[in-house]
Amino acid sequence: MKTKLLIGMALVAVCLGVYFLKRPSRSNDRRDAPRDRALAPDFSLPELTGQRLNFSTYRGKVVLLDFWATWCDPCREEIPHFVELQSKYREQGLQIVGVSMDDGPEPVRDFYQRFKMNYPVVMGNAEIGERYGGVLGLPIAFLIGRDGRIYSKHTGATDITVFEKEVRSLLQR
Amino acid sequence: MKMKRTFKNSGILLTLGLALIVLISVASASQASLIPPSQLINPDELVKILQSSKGEKPLMIQVGSHVLYSQAHIPGSEYIGPANSDGGLQQLRQRVQSLPRSKFIIIYCGCCPWSHCPNVKPASDALRALGFTNVKVLYIATNFGADWVDKGYSVAKGD
Repeated sequence: MKTKLLIGMALVAVCLGVYFLKRPSRSNDRRDAPRDRALAPDFSLPELTGQRLNFSTYRGKVVLLDFWATWCDPCREEIPHFVELQSKYREQGLQIVGVSMDDGPEPVRDFYQRFKMNYPVVMGNAEIGERYGGVLGLPIAFLIGRDGRIYSKHTGATDITVFEKEVRSLLQR
Repeated sequence: MKMKRTFKNSGILLTLGLALIVLISVASASQASLIPPSQLINPDELVKILQSSKGEKPLMIQVGSHVLYSQAHIPGSEYIGPANSDGGLQQLRQRVQSLPRSKFIIIYCGCCPWSHCPNVKPASDALRALGFTNVKVLYIATNFGADWVDKGYSVAKGD
């Protein structure tokens, strides 16, 4: 019986080892913000409701701009955390804006309902991708200060504690 | 004695259950990682093939998002649609149906880190199921921006 237990424990250890080795590295995917803190490019894009969202109206708020898609696994993992973050810091001035890079709005509408998203989502295009330096991989998120400048850029799945720390810091400025 | 045996059996079942959950989560999170290395091609190898004046040029198909394709894609490659959807797979099958099964085909995506790409494995499987024998998947470790554009390889924009 002792042998069986040891085999079982070894099996779990191997599986856990494989799991952690296969996980995408978060820290490696991070990129620092440009030192000159460029102004976030303005845009006007249709929301899922059909209304246009003018990005400049959020000047004065701390904005987390998230480029994502419904078919992107790491993006989907981040969304519930963003929903929590939006609820927690809305009053202090945080505004999350999602930019879907899906090819059409239908799956995004379903996703929006299913995940009870509580912040606006616009349908992105190649132009906005290029204006933000090329969105050639997902997810990519930008943290923008009240002054409209880009403070950080995160490529790939990023731990929510990283976002929260930066959001709190920007909200206090 | 009976209670002790039940407890031990429960322990073994719990252990096996945990192992199964971990294995399932690994498999689902790394679909592209299941593609055998022999079926992959690295960006620098592809560039050499494209630059060479000899040899058969591949049919290159992007099987990811159109928004990403519009921003940047490999010159000469065709957009088909996300192969994790039925529509995308159908378009892929239609595109290749009249081609000889020995046609050199390269598929790529680059939407996400390799282990999370939902598109390349279904596309590769579909082509092999149709009988294509010379299919390679472009190995893009991080994303198309980091592993192709930032490396300075040739890029085209638009539809």
